[in-house]
Amino acid sequence: MQRTGAQVIWEVLAREGVEVCFGYPGGAIMPAYDALLEYEVRHVLVRHEQGAAHMADGYARASGKVGVAVATSGPGALNLVTGIATAMMDSSPIVCVTGQVAASLLGTDGFQETDLTGVTLPITKHNYLVTTADEIAPALREAFYIARSGRPGPVVVDITKDAQQASTDFEWDDRPVELPGYRVPTPVLPATLTRALELIHGAKRPVILAGHGVIESGASAELVRFAETAQIPVAITLLGLSGFPASHPLSLGMMGMHGEAWVNTAIQEADLLLAFGMRFDDRVTGKLATYAPHARKIHIDIDASEINKNVKVDLPIVSDLRQTLLALQPQLERQERGEWLARIASLKGETAVRDIQALPDDGHLYAAHVMHDLWRLTEGKALVVTDVGQHQMWEAQYYKHDYPRKLLTSGGLGTMGFALPAAIGARFAQPQDEVWAIAGDGGFQMTAAELATCAQEQIKINIAVINNGYLGMVRQWQEFFYDRRYSATPMKSPDFVKLAEAHGLQGTVVTRRDQVAAAVEAARKEPGTFLVEFRVEKEDSVYPMVPAGADLDKMIRRPHRSPTSEV
Amino acid sequence: MDRAISRTFIAYVEDKPGVLNRVVSLFRRRGYNIESLTVGRTHEPGVSRLTMITTADEDTARRLEANLYKLVNVLRVRDLTAIPSVSRDLALIKVKASAAERAEILEITKVFRARVVDIATDALIVEITGEQDKIDGLVALLKPFGILEMVNSGMVAMTRSAEAAPVEPPSGTRPQRASSAA
Repeated sequence: MQRTGAQVIWEVLAREGVEVCFGYPGGAIMPAYDALLEYEVRHVLVRHEQGAAHMADGYARASGKVGVAVATSGPGALNLVTGIATAMMDSSPIVCVTGQVAASLLGTDGFQETDLTGVTLPITKHNYLVTTADEIAPALREAFYIARSGRPGPVVVDITKDAQQASTDFEWDDRPVELPGYRVPTPVLPATLTRALELIHGAKRPVILAGHGVIESGASAELVRFAETAQIPVAITLLGLSGFPASHPLSLGMMGMHGEAWVNTAIQEADLLLAFGMRFDDRVTGKLATYAPHARKIHIDIDASEINKNVKVDLPIVSDLRQTLLALQPQLERQERGEWLARIASLKGETAVRDIQALPDDGHLYAAHVMHDLWRLTEGKALVVTDVGQHQMWEAQYYKHDYPRKLLTSGGLGTMGFALPAAIGARFAQPQDEVWAIAGDGGFQMTAAELATCAQEQIKINIAVINNGYLGMVRQWQEFFYDRRYSATPMKSPDFVKLAEAHGLQGTVVTRRDQVAAAVEAARKEPGTFLVEFRVEKEDSVYPMVPAGADLDKMIRRPHRSPTSEV
Repeated sequence: MDRAISRTFIAYVEDKPGVLNRVVSLFRRRGYNIESLTVGRTHEPGVSRLTMITTADEDTARRLEANLYKLVNVLRVRDLTAIPSVSRDLALIKVKASAAERAEILEITKVFRARVVDIATDALIVEITGEQDKIDGLVALLKPFGILEMVNSGMVAMTRSAEAAPVEPPSGTRPQRASSAA
């Protein structure tokens, strides 16, 4: 059937199962926006294209499906870049459809022309420049396939305006995509499985390191079964949180820079590390030369280029994690590791966070309390989207996630401004969930314009702004490592509730702990987006902390005065 | 002990716009130094062949290979470093040559099995193919006459014997329909 290139875009998106996309029109993408009116795909008008990319990312992370962002050429497309890099670092499957100047203008510095495929080359899994209408469908189909398969990632499809305007004969081709140079890892060889089992069965002090790959491969249930059978405790990366239930007795919690002492000490004492879908980022290893010195290492990852990148491993397995765990399980022997688990329990007993709920309310509002109370009040079931900084670490420490894909956060790139737009995207992926965007006063203001998107699109999310009047994490580093010289970190913010009200939304301020429950209740009752500003202790710090480049178990511990301290 | 050595990789890539850029960008991005890079057509239509020389230890080499495979347009990568192979470089060397010196230069080129491809009144161009050290040897001998210009094609390499590096991706890794993305 005859279609314009612009119509083909939506024909393909609809057939790929796209129900919603996030975008912003402009000159070079106008034909696509004109054609959009004839199709069922819901379009969410953002206020800045960075928001569109984060929304697509949030949608993808919350659903496991491909998120879609749309933008025009030049500035529109460039505004996507931070969001694309965020998705790349965290292996999130998004497809960005961008308009480009007409093919005849390519390379001439035409109005709003940017070499987008050049700009995004190192921050995409793959990208396409499409200059004819008949190339649109194959490029988009390949883009969706590449984005979601293997190690997921962002794909850009940059389509010239004349390609959108031209007519083509469109026939939907539902044969599998043929990409001769694209490979998805295959099942593991039996000999490799045998070797892995030998190492596991022979280990006295094993620890599983569970990463984002657990969630991406849908391996949560398999991981629980594996850990229970072999009685191996599970340490979790920031992006792995929610992939293994926090309430499970074998869960150690988050590892790394702001991991609890027992987690990092257990890793340092381990004789076997089972790295499952994680990549030994510098934030989880500390100093590489002294990392887990007694441990042999099995690394299961779908991406061969992650093997031996940071940490040299004894047994690499390049495959899908879920399939590998399923293959290992039948021969996995039931193990008893009483001694090792007792050792970890003693580490925990020595350093465990006191039940912060039991600590006396001294009239101050601490962010850690807010996270703990949010967890309690939402029964740990909310879909939480965090921004970047101190609140992100407190959330990771005190909100106990038991269900996969219920914590979305920018881990690899650490993109401030992620929370609000990603939460909007997540809203569309999980309409039944209670969604909380948690951001600091700094990060929230980076993408606060998306409040207008919430209002216009009548989106219901809850927003917690953790306001400490500083760029808190940078301030904390200045306190610890720069002699308390607070360079450019004190921050004056607008009245956040008034800001919400200016958008026709509701909000409230919390300054004391005894107000938290009522504020959460008010947020839940409000049919529209609701903002709670938590005015928390200003110079509070995240503990424990492994200074960058230090040994993993050499951490700065909580001072005794802190309300969350160990005595 | 694992140490950095000069390594020769060949790669078959789809002959599409921007593919060389992707390969070069990967080297830049991951901090590999390209000592030599050549690209040209093969007997297979739509397929180009690259020869790349870089210094890397074993781990780095394996990761480079894995990173190259992540490029969607890269069909096949091979590290020829430990495989018996033939490698050739082509150089054109323009040497100052007065009528009196010409005979001596021609004598040298003969020993190196190089060819003189252009003669002017005061200069000549020598063409030599071979491995790097052979070319270096000729250059050293020609230097005293005065080298005016020199150009090097970069190394191309091929394994010995009837064994052929196939264009197809390694067996068992052909793309499959992704299982549900969840």
